[in-house]
Amino acid sequence: MFSKLVSISSGAMVPDRDADKSPILECIGLGVTFGGLKAVENFNLTIGRTEIAGLIGPNGAGKTTVFNLLTKVYQPTKGTILLDGRDTHGMSTTQVNRAGIARTFQNIRLFTNLTVEDNVKVGMNNAMRYNMWSGIFRLPGFWKEEKVAHERAMELLSIFDMQDMANARAGSLPYGAQRRLEIVRALATNPGLLLLDEPAAGMNPSETAELMENIRKIRDTFQIAVLLIEHDMNLVMNICEGICVLNFGQIIAKGSPEEIQSNATVVEAYLGKKKEA
Amino acid sequence: MEKLKRMAPSTRSSFITYGMVIVAYAVMEALLSGGLLKSSLKGLLVPICAYVVMAVSLNLTVGIMGELSLGHAGFMSVGAFTAVIAAAALESTVTSGPVRLAVSMAIGGVAAGLVSLIVVVPVLRLQGDYLAIVTLAFGEIIKNIINCVYVGLDGEGFHFGMKDAASLGLAADGKMLLQGPMGAVGIQKLSSFTAGFLLILLTLAVALNFIHSRAGRAVMALRDNRIAAESVGISPSRYKMMAFVTSAVLAGLAGGLYAMNFSSILAKKFDFNTSILILVFVVLGGMGNIRGSVIAAAALTVLPELLRDFSDYRMLVYAIVLILVMLFTNNPACKTVFARFKLGSPAKKEAV
Repeated sequence: MFSKLVSISSGAMVPDRDADKSPILECIGLGVTFGGLKAVENFNLTIGRTEIAGLIGPNGAGKTTVFNLLTKVYQPTKGTILLDGRDTHGMSTTQVNRAGIARTFQNIRLFTNLTVEDNVKVGMNNAMRYNMWSGIFRLPGFWKEEKVAHERAMELLSIFDMQDMANARAGSLPYGAQRRLEIVRALATNPGLLLLDEPAAGMNPSETAELMENIRKIRDTFQIAVLLIEHDMNLVMNICEGICVLNFGQIIAKGSPEEIQSNATVVEAYLGKKKEA
Repeated sequence: MEKLKRMAPSTRSSFITYGMVIVAYAVMEALLSGGLLKSSLKGLLVPICAYVVMAVSLNLTVGIMGELSLGHAGFMSVGAFTAVIAAAALESTVTSGPVRLAVSMAIGGVAAGLVSLIVVVPVLRLQGDYLAIVTLAFGEIIKNIINCVYVGLDGEGFHFGMKDAASLGLAADGKMLLQGPMGAVGIQKLSSFTAGFLLILLTLAVALNFIHSRAGRAVMALRDNRIAAESVGISPSRYKMMAFVTSAVLAGLAGGLYAMNFSSILAKKFDFNTSILILVFVVLGGMGNIRGSVIAAAALTVLPELLRDFSDYRMLVYAIVLILVMLFTNNPACKTVFARFKLGSPAKKEAV
């Protein structure tokens, strides 16, 4: 099911189908300190063009902090992030999004008072070109682009079978649907790399199974890379090609699901050390 | 009817708002021509229009952008006095009254917009209570500046001064336009109910079309969740500035309309109390609910006039009515009733 991880010129491992393409994301020696606390240190990660990668680790390991560094919610204090070969140093959250990273949030952050469709359209905002005057005076540019946006929004919503909810208020959706809408909104920005922060949190097993299928479907249709944080090991081991394990802000293991499962350091980080006899 | 059902809910809601205003105008015009309107109410028609525009424009800042502004009367003031001066200057060049009104109101709107470009700097950096205090201070500053400006006009052009009328050195045929604490004097009454009605329609078109365009969506997204909005590439400063300046320009237009309904007007008229009054319209009509703002502004401007029978207790009754209405409209049970008729229920309904 997985393509095998192979090593590329930089020494990092990516799935073999991505081996001849430049990676979408490269983190080199990434780190951030808050006061004296080193929240993330010496974080190195390479993600292939169409790879589904997982970031796992015990609570408080710094996984979400990595996402916040990638999306520049925090500016890294050390290291480099290369997105599609471009250094993102000094970029703001909005600029990073335009450069091609979209994300979802651990605690859902939707535009609760807007409709489902408008939530998706906000994601398309940067792809739209008409200016404020066209909007106010309803010039042809407005009608043309809004029509395209509507069709595209419906198409994206149909990935998760949410077209029927298009006119509902986002805040009124059930929990699972809100999580899915966040993913659709992120996709609407046309990213090259999708960051999912615990997408299966609070979902039941059948919903999780469906989500897994959809993440794969998204990767296949849009040909993008996905990096996800998840505590559901079933999901992680099933869909991730490469997995990176974080503990106390440092990478303790990297590799394919099989390698991670049999890694003694990872088992120790999750379950604790075996008592010496 | 079929077509009405097929429309997007937001479009239908907008059309209901326009329809409501047009019907109200037709009814009032009919009453006017029938001579059925009390003169005290007749005098209120233009101020009602001005307050409706103010309420709608403040709703852009408070309801749509989600930032509390306590200095909205300041923009009205800038628009009012600029329009009055412009109208006087254009007296000889533009002879048609309605055209001169439109042009000077537009100049007032632009002036308010320019001033808002200064105020927008703190608006982009501050949030919540801090921003409210800054806008409050801005309103006071505008009031006090206008309070000590003297403007005169004669054959040579404009004369400005901050000291007194005599120091302007006005020619004998010149006339004073702005006399510091005495306010603007000798204003030509150019405003009419029809002009006010047209301004309301323009304001509604601008506000509703803004809200239902990509800029409006971006502003509301920033209001609902700033971090998420930034994560999908919405730049906060750009869109907040759009909303704030649009709101200020509309307030400036309303100021022009309002001022040219009187023969003289004081800077004191546009003080903190006026800002709060407009905020009350917005809160009562529902944050982000444009139609609500229109209804609330009209109703609350007429109310004191209708309460004239209570003479000395007028404002007391007004306050009690206000409290009761606020309690009533915020009662969950009443809200569901409102929601059924799609009348009241705030942001949710109108903001979509």
